[in-house]
Amino acid sequence: MAAHLSYGRVNLNVLREAVRRELREFLDKCAGSKAIVWDEYLTGPFGLIAQYSLLKEHEVEKMFTLKGSRLPAADVKNIIFFVRPRLELMDIIAENVLSEDRRGPARDFHILFVPRRSLLCEQRLKDLGVLGSFIHREEYSLDLIPFDGDLLSMESEGAFKECYLESDQTSLYHAAKGLMTLQALYGTIPQIFGKGECARQVANMMIRMKREFTGSQNSIFPVFDNLLLLDRNVDLLTPLATQLTYEGLIDEIYGIQNSFVKLPPEKFASKKQGDSGKDLPTEAKKLQLNSAEELYAEIRDKNFNAVGSVLSKKAKVISAAFEERHNAKTVGEIKQFVSQLPHMQAARGSLANHTSIAELIKDVTTSEDFFDKLTVEQEFMSGIDTDKVNSYIEDCIAQKHPLIKVLRLVCLQSVCNSGLKQKVLDYYKREILQTYGFEHILTLHNLEKAGLLKPQTGGRNNYPTIRKTLRLWMDDVNEQNPTDISYVYSGYAPLSVRLAQLLSRPGWRSIEEVLRILPGPHFEERQPLPTGLQKKRQPGENRITLIFFLGGVTFAEIAALRFLSQLEDGGTEYVVATTKLMNGASWIESLMEKPF
Amino acid sequence: MNRTKGDEEEYWNSSKFKAFTFDDEDDELSQLKESKRAVNSLRDFVDDDDDDDLERVSWSGEPVGSISWSIKETAGNSVSNHEREQLKSRNSFSSYAPLPKPASTYSLSSFFRGRTRLGSFQSLSDALSDTPAKSYAPELGRPKGEYRDYSSDWSPSDTVRRLQKGKVCSLERFRSLQDKLQLLEEAVSMHDGNVITAVLIFLKRTLSKEILFRELEVRQVALRHLIHFLKEIGDQKLLLDLFRFLDRTEELALSHYREHLNIQDPEKRKEFLKTCISLPFSAEDSAHVQDHYTLLERQIVIEANDRHLESAGQTEIFRKHPRKASILNMPLVTTLFYSCFYHYMEAEGTFSSPVNLKKTFKIPDKQYVLTALAARAKLRAWHDVDALFTTKNWLGYTKKRAPIGFHRVVEILHKNSAPVQILQEYVNLVEDVDTKLNLATKFKCHDVVIDTCRDLKDRQQLLAYRSKVDKGSAEEEKIDALLNSSQIRWKN
Repeated sequence: MAAHLSYGRVNLNVLREAVRRELREFLDKCAGSKAIVWDEYLTGPFGLIAQYSLLKEHEVEKMFTLKGSRLPAADVKNIIFFVRPRLELMDIIAENVLSEDRRGPARDFHILFVPRRSLLCEQRLKDLGVLGSFIHREEYSLDLIPFDGDLLSMESEGAFKECYLESDQTSLYHAAKGLMTLQALYGTIPQIFGKGECARQVANMMIRMKREFTGSQNSIFPVFDNLLLLDRNVDLLTPLATQLTYEGLIDEIYGIQNSFVKLPPEKFASKKQGDSGKDLPTEAKKLQLNSAEELYAEIRDKNFNAVGSVLSKKAKVISAAFEERHNAKTVGEIKQFVSQLPHMQAARGSLANHTSIAELIKDVTTSEDFFDKLTVEQEFMSGIDTDKVNSYIEDCIAQKHPLIKVLRLVCLQSVCNSGLKQKVLDYYKREILQTYGFEHILTLHNLEKAGLLKPQTGGRNNYPTIRKTLRLWMDDVNEQNPTDISYVYSGYAPLSVRLAQLLSRPGWRSIEEVLRILPGPHFEERQPLPTGLQKKRQPGENRITLIFFLGGVTFAEIAALRFLSQLEDGGTEYVVATTKLMNGASWIESLMEKPF
Repeated sequence: MNRTKGDEEEYWNSSKFKAFTFDDEDDELSQLKESKRAVNSLRDFVDDDDDDDLERVSWSGEPVGSISWSIKETAGNSVSNHEREQLKSRNSFSSYAPLPKPASTYSLSSFFRGRTRLGSFQSLSDALSDTPAKSYAPELGRPKGEYRDYSSDWSPSDTVRRLQKGKVCSLERFRSLQDKLQLLEEAVSMHDGNVITAVLIFLKRTLSKEILFRELEVRQVALRHLIHFLKEIGDQKLLLDLFRFLDRTEELALSHYREHLNIQDPEKRKEFLKTCISLPFSAEDSAHVQDHYTLLERQIVIEANDRHLESAGQTEIFRKHPRKASILNMPLVTTLFYSCFYHYMEAEGTFSSPVNLKKTFKIPDKQYVLTALAARAKLRAWHDVDALFTTKNWLGYTKKRAPIGFHRVVEILHKNSAPVQILQEYVNLVEDVDTKLNLATKFKCHDVVIDTCRDLKDRQQLLAYRSKVDKGSAEEEKIDALLNSSQIRWKN
């Protein structure tokens, strides 16, 4: 059911099985028939590890979404709340429980916190007088969720804000716990590298946790050779730029949630005769996107400009395959043709979907505004005119383009100039506040605190040094047959991935100067292994590096890492982990202030 | 099975499948179109929606059997009958193989929780308040060992460790300040925010504000957790006290200001904003907050007045263009647009006049002209548009000037579907010839294109443009006349 998780060098199905097992254990603890009441946010992540059938086997008969007032009627013995530890959800649960007590037969209540119990939440339940109603109150440590054969995410939306704005280490603690789980399943990771304040913290926590579990020596042969911990604030630039890979653009335009995307239905209307006219779908078309789909695995990481030719080649291959029927003369040949039909039909369905998606994206990328925006982004990233008010940004504000788009561009300019001149910054701020509302003072402050939007201090712009040393801007980029990671942004090589690349070869010693300019410490730790577990690499065998982005990662960065993994003489293959899969828009949005 | 070969031929050839061709040009768009066409033709051929080896998906795209799908299915009210029928019928032949019992014996819980998991139903907060648990189901009674744990004398570090495992632990025994601080330090060194918060709740309850603040000031990690915790539970008062104590004045101001987001009533919100003005913001922000207050104050007056005018039905502008929404809490530029739309002619003295707004909020010329232009163009008040760009010099000559550039004026007019005569006038005012020609072509201002070509002596371009005007039209005649004219020295 999740075969694609085992396609990579590291079999992530092992992790999935482990979390499924824990879920079953919990369900069996509540004997008898059950109904689950879901915190809606959790259904997406849970969908990646379990289907309804698993729950059903453990006597889950009904499922509801968590809503105020009464629970819907259900003839079950147990009611289990699956929730994130958030205070506002506790209020709703209390409402449910209190209105339940007044009628009918008593039922058993349980609560499962994901990923952690919270004493604060339990205190709230107690204050509301319902804490005693729960028989089981447990936690389900769904820290790292396997998304694909080489991708894990904690899907923790608030992680960046908590880490870099509020300096709250809770999500780092979860990250460290997730890494301990991985090590328990895949062996101790002998070397840890890191860059950034949060990376340092996570490494410290891991080392401490390991010390505390000395009782049980891990006897699993290590799968990972290295762990690289990277702070998102070491590279604030990359997520601000528009991703130009196929998957990246789908995410930029439609937003991929838990590997699903919702698309406008028109392009997917059934072309079958007979039902034309009626039954036109009005609900968004929802598609799952992962490497289980052969075609998607092939095109997801390509620059969008290289996708069209692949699709048209596929179309030729598939139509040629269908043409084969003319050559099938004997019954045997026809039988063979027919036996291949299901596979061909799947391929055809997949091709149809991606052709439609590519068309939708093409509509956007060929628009004048997209082109103008991209031009400005590329100017900033290559260091042109970053120190004065940009007329395109001015226009966007005057025409009241979405605030997030404006903020993203202003932040990009600020980051590419190591902060804006005070006069420029004040100008942008005033324009934004007057056009979008004064209450955004709060959001602007958050961006400033995160280092995304700030005045230049000391009058020094470090970005050109970083850009040149790390070769972040490549003038000759080959989008069709890339030779460098810069293809994912058609010219800009993501800083974070460049750091990973340089670490693997020739090592960070070559870029000490730049590492000092970038925020936070860089470090290396070793976790000694017993001699029996030390790896002797075969000649030509690639190392496996687990790279953990603290504060989020974009699909374009993942694409760049996959590109490096596939290089013939690369020497390193990557598995990516993160606190959240994100893009510039969702990132900025997470930093905006909303009413409580 | 005894279908003849001829039948087969017949069958295959009568299918609707059509071959398609590719032009070999590498144009992306045409490639996409090709694959689309190819795919569509294939769709006709294989008239079958059920791809048996694909995951089954309902129309909304949820795989049948996925959790979010099942919520709809078992809750049974958000899915239409029709769809449910469909889903059921699909479901019936999509059999789920019974799940194999996992070969893996790993359980995450065993890694971290140690062997005893029984105590986990007992919560810390009960222990905090020294009330023994009583309402648990009898079959889940605690083993004796738990009672022993409960009463024994744990050190701060043991206590924190137990808290982290979700076990019962009384904190009340830690009475001296020194013990409490040691407890806090142990919690901080574990990095577990949950435990740190638990200890902070205990400290907050048992220490005086002054001592708590003083001790946290030198313990930054714990301090940040307390701030986060206070924000979370909405204890604004203590939070402000804390910022005041720490002398973090700007944070104090912002945190206070933030509260206005939760006040719905406009009068109350206004009063609240008034209290923000004197807060220690930076000079820049201070001005913005002042503006925020002034703006809302204005909006309340305008709103009351205009609602009255609108319902009285005597004012033409409100009859013709009923207001779509209240102006309360709208941004400044939106308010300016509103006042340019409904109150353009008002004297400067009124609260709602555009000029007054411009002065009060020091709105730059550019911003003002853009907004006024958009509002007047929307009303098709071309005379006002004209006046907006007309300046008189000291001799009384009039001159057209636009601080935003006439190309922008043209774009905005076009967006508001201004007639060609009007557009033409402003296209002509665009200084850069290339831009002018582009705009004129884009918006079909034929005369401007023709005249510009003539002035550029660009015969080729004029010739090319001829195909773009209607046959037999005045424009065509004009072009022909020019092309045949011997007076012009064409450059090409």
